[in-house]
Amino acid sequence: MTRRGIVLLALLGALLLVAPAFADRYVVSVLTTVLWFAYVGQAWNVMMGFSGLLSLGHALYVGLGAYVSAALFVHFGIGPWLGLWAAMLAATAAGCFIGFLGFRFGVRGVHFALLTIAFAEVARIGFDHLQWFGGSGGFFIPVAGNAGDDLLNLRGSPTLFYYVILALVVAALALSRVLLHSRLGYQWLAVREEPEAAEAVGVDLFRARIAAVAVSSALTALGGVFQAFYFNNLFPEQVFSMGRSIEIILPAIVGGIGTLIGPILGAFILTPLGELLTFLIEVTGLDLPGLKQLFYGVALVVIVVYRPDGVWPWLARRFGLVRQPGEEA
Amino acid sequence: MANLLEVDGLSKRFRGLKAVSNVSFAVPEGRIVALIGPNGAGKTTTFNLIAGVFPPDEGRVHLKGEPITGLKPNHVCAAGIGRTFQIVKPFGQLSVEENVVVGALARERSVETARRQARAVLERLGLADQATRPARSLTLPDRKRLEVARALATRPTLLLLDEVLAGLRPTEVDRMVEVLRDLNRREGLTILMIEHVMRAVMALSDQVVVLDHGEKIADGTPSDVVADPRVIESYLGAEDL
Repeated sequence: MTRRGIVLLALLGALLLVAPAFADRYVVSVLTTVLWFAYVGQAWNVMMGFSGLLSLGHALYVGLGAYVSAALFVHFGIGPWLGLWAAMLAATAAGCFIGFLGFRFGVRGVHFALLTIAFAEVARIGFDHLQWFGGSGGFFIPVAGNAGDDLLNLRGSPTLFYYVILALVVAALALSRVLLHSRLGYQWLAVREEPEAAEAVGVDLFRARIAAVAVSSALTALGGVFQAFYFNNLFPEQVFSMGRSIEIILPAIVGGIGTLIGPILGAFILTPLGELLTFLIEVTGLDLPGLKQLFYGVALVVIVVYRPDGVWPWLARRFGLVRQPGEEA
Repeated sequence: MANLLEVDGLSKRFRGLKAVSNVSFAVPEGRIVALIGPNGAGKTTTFNLIAGVFPPDEGRVHLKGEPITGLKPNHVCAAGIGRTFQIVKPFGQLSVEENVVVGALARERSVETARRQARAVLERLGLADQATRPARSLTLPDRKRLEVARALATRPTLLLLDEVLAGLRPTEVDRMVEVLRDLNRREGLTILMIEHVMRAVMALSDQVVVLDHGEKIADGTPSDVVADPRVIESYLGAEDL
């Protein structure tokens, strides 16, 4: 990044840090949603953006993370900070199993994506029938009254959750950066670009790909843990839905797949856009069913058509926020 | 001199078509051996069998006396063989330097050390001034050089070059020949190269292996091989050298 880019990023960070002091509840809740999508978008980006593995079933890892941590809390009183390890383990195990099937048996590209959808769908239907997890009637975490903020049990005000998800976004950004500049990161990029050539320079394709799935699914599971304790209710139909999987990948696609900032920027574009449409429809009274979705879809098409590489690479070039290839360091 | 690479009775069929049939040859340590033959003779298939892209149906490959038959490409690389691809395969979105860094990371855990090694290799191949450019923006001759640079960065004891001179202009050919000769003479790097540019084959190689229809039809010094009637008939034709 250039100096200008770093200053801008720091400014945005500072703004987000003080936001709850100035913003009302509604804005904080919208920002929380933005940050949640920024976070899971970053997690998905590790697979698709860094390693070229298209997953269209990331709702699976959100759901596993959410259900495992929520069930441990409700059934055994195990707090989320302990439960998240089990949540990550469950999601990683599922991810590695799917990865194993895909990579061992040469399921690539679109077919691999289908495999990820299939597992998310199986989970959606399966959890409908698992009574221990509440079945189709939903699973609920008891809401503590006005006991104040309890970070240890993730119970408390929207502001608490806002800071937790903000911390997660920053941590994911830092982790992504470290990974991308590591030996493994270079190998991921090589595998994404030209698997055959990567293998010829010593990269173990299977291991590199499994590592990407493991990191991505574990990170995504944390997003699930957050979701469970933030909303306090989980329904298989929502948590594991195909639509959710799509929502998870949109920020990265809009912001810029494979870039560090892309998923974050994408979330900051998409969620407010959705809120704006809701608002506009309310003021204009044009309350036709599906109208919002229609506009949202059109907006997406416009972005993807005009900025196919994502908004971030264009923005970064336009305003000199990152060093361009060929420029002197 | 001891043989670095020994290929023994290698055969490969693709859906009944014999691509490579009972091919044996050896590459002595420190030498440059050229693999020539008409299109479809099985040269690239032979390369792929050595490099582990697919296992042979029959036959064995030894490197430094150790069996490497049927190893996967990443293990073949670890054993000490670096290769280039006939149809170049750069990591397009990565910079030229990053491409070579990935190669260097084959034997290096630290990215910083790998970067230093990559820079040295780029310097050597005359790509240093292009280091920060995306690999996809390179011209074909530079892409070919990048292929060699990336393979070299894995610090191989044997370099497999698949037509790195094809498509280059004569001055570029001379430059690459110079680089390869230098690597061979100064660092004792052993090279096995598939090549159509006979001028370079004659100038560089100590030994020439000729394939035709998947079979070896000649094996010897460049001057012997080009005088061989079978070679002239199947490959060289009336072409004057």
